[in-house]
Amino acid sequence: MSHNQVVQEFHPRVHEAITNPQIRANFRKAMDGLMDKRQLAFPSDDELQRTRELAAAIRLRALSKLPELLEKLEANLTANGVKVHWAETGDEACKIILDICNEKNAKSVIKGKSMVSEEMELNHYLEEHGIEALESDLGEYIVQLAEETPSHIIMPAIHKNTDQISDLMHEKTGTNKSRDVEYLTAEARQQLRERFEKADVGVSGVNFAVAETGTLCLVENEGNGRLTTTVPPVHIAVTGIEKVVENLEDVAPLLSLLTRSATGQHITTYFNMISSPRKEGELDGPEEVHLVLVDSGRSNIYQDDELLDTLRCIRCGACMNHCPVYTRIGGHAYGYTYPGPIGKILMPHLAGLDDAKDLPSASSLCGACGEVCPVKIPIPKLLVRLREESVAGDHNHDNSVVKGRGAKRKGMEPLIWKGWAKMHKHGGLYRTGTGLATVFRGLVPSNLGAWTNCRTAPKLAKTTLHQQMKARSQNNAASQKKDGGDQ
Amino acid sequence: MSARDAILNRLRHRRDGALTAPVSDFAVVTEKQWNETEKLDLFQQKIESVHAEVHRVSKENWLEKLKELLAEKQVKNLLTPMQAQVGVDTRAALKEDDVELLAYDQPIEGWKAELFSNVDASITDVRSAIAETGSLVLWPDLDQPRLMTLVPPIHFAVVDADQLKNTFHEVIVSEGWVSEGMPTNALLISGPSKTADIEQTLAYGVHGPKELVVLVRQ
Repeated sequence: MSHNQVVQEFHPRVHEAITNPQIRANFRKAMDGLMDKRQLAFPSDDELQRTRELAAAIRLRALSKLPELLEKLEANLTANGVKVHWAETGDEACKIILDICNEKNAKSVIKGKSMVSEEMELNHYLEEHGIEALESDLGEYIVQLAEETPSHIIMPAIHKNTDQISDLMHEKTGTNKSRDVEYLTAEARQQLRERFEKADVGVSGVNFAVAETGTLCLVENEGNGRLTTTVPPVHIAVTGIEKVVENLEDVAPLLSLLTRSATGQHITTYFNMISSPRKEGELDGPEEVHLVLVDSGRSNIYQDDELLDTLRCIRCGACMNHCPVYTRIGGHAYGYTYPGPIGKILMPHLAGLDDAKDLPSASSLCGACGEVCPVKIPIPKLLVRLREESVAGDHNHDNSVVKGRGAKRKGMEPLIWKGWAKMHKHGGLYRTGTGLATVFRGLVPSNLGAWTNCRTAPKLAKTTLHQQMKARSQNNAASQKKDGGDQ
Repeated sequence: MSARDAILNRLRHRRDGALTAPVSDFAVVTEKQWNETEKLDLFQQKIESVHAEVHRVSKENWLEKLKELLAEKQVKNLLTPMQAQVGVDTRAALKEDDVELLAYDQPIEGWKAELFSNVDASITDVRSAIAETGSLVLWPDLDQPRLMTLVPPIHFAVVDADQLKNTFHEVIVSEGWVSEGMPTNALLISGPSKTADIEQTLAYGVHGPKELVVLVRQ
């Protein structure tokens, strides 16, 4: 799978972002606001912690029965008249959606927000095959006009300020230049309404798929999700296989945590639960509803007890809102669909560690992400695990399910560590080694790779600690009355 | 092997063995309970905080209030249900009025352009409402289809105070959603359509209604 943003290495991208004052300012302002709003949405810490416990248990329960629940979901949706498709990869999912479009002779697709469709680059795929795909979420629409990708999973255009959006809309759609957000929003509404009327197919994501009833749940504020899933004659929902929950009642606490964690809203404007296509006699709604279940590496993550926690994610984005790294470099610098902490633990599986090897290290391990995660994913622990995986070799994580394990392992490093281990096991070798190191200490290079990019190389002492201790005990013995001074 | 079988097969033969389901304790959700007055106050506070307009009215005079609001908002036409009591009462009360009464009486394909461009407002009832989050619960049907509450710029919703439930969880469980069977579309509405996608600045009516007017009948 290609990632259209990976045109340059991670570190130059970060450097570029960090030295861009506009990006710094836009993200700082937005993340500060989001952190404040989240805090206000949880006035009781007791309620927050108990709801997190419940939500984590609900997600884990769903994962513990994942194959059965997927089958149940499929059976119930099929009974309700929804067609269910399965895709091993993003490309397969794109192909399934294209085939449905072709069968319907569809030329234009209108989209509600879906990160899975971003992940599989559905828009590019459809356009390559002559079908126009238009984003209808305002943020996604802006990002699409700019020919960019989302920089945040909840607020796709968060990297742009009002002036930038005004200029963009002026240039691409002919609106007046204006700082009036009401005006810009009203213009976008008008432009998109015309498209909704004409669209042949609506494509949406799914927030929760309820196995018990065969229900697809969508969380949104704008109403574009409802339009996408109601106006066109065909609705195609696309989702990762991990989004299933067991019971309908499970969605209540998950929804409550999702919206409060994401943007500090007690609930979003719309919570849309779809269980079937238009029934006979009903006056609106699509005649056909499809669900495409995408694996794309998720069943691999599923194999491992520790990595499994990654799949609990409900995509609220709180981890990125609270991440000091994300706040400073923004979403695009990561170079992948999912930025921030969740991206750092998810993308290495989706894209492979050989491709995403720098992501697990792009963290100070401050732990904020794990503390705010509504489903208690131990993100810092998983970052450390993936760092281990990225340099793994020998018998470390032998039976690993991580694609590209050992991608960062360098030829010399294991040799050096082997030597290090051997030296520490043998006293004579150790004394000779450290003795030689002090004698030749002048030969230590001043450039020691990345470490010395922003640090001075350490200098070895003239004598080893052993030598110093020996000298000290001899001094003490020579003059018992005298206190031994530190040297 | 089909993609379906391959995926399910991988999930079934987990490298680290079968998982056990933890217990889910819903107490933190079910213990949220308020008395009737508190529920109404909380509902109003929550839904007003997301820009909805709430009017407490009596069961006898609510149509007077509706007329007043229609005039104030200069509504020229109103989409009303034909069967629901709210629709029947509204139609009877507004017969002599200046407001043109519209009906959603044909499939959307026949009047999409008309609905999208020429309808000022709609009125619907609700199935129930939620105090904790200030939400309206709707199961759109033949009489009150899905787009009725979405496309017109103003949506009037009529709620009876005794329809208020504590939480969404209570709605699902006490109304027996699972045993009743889910409808084509079930819906929570909490305020008018909104976005903050332009620099975190709130704007209303981005795709759906710009105004949500809730008449609470007591």
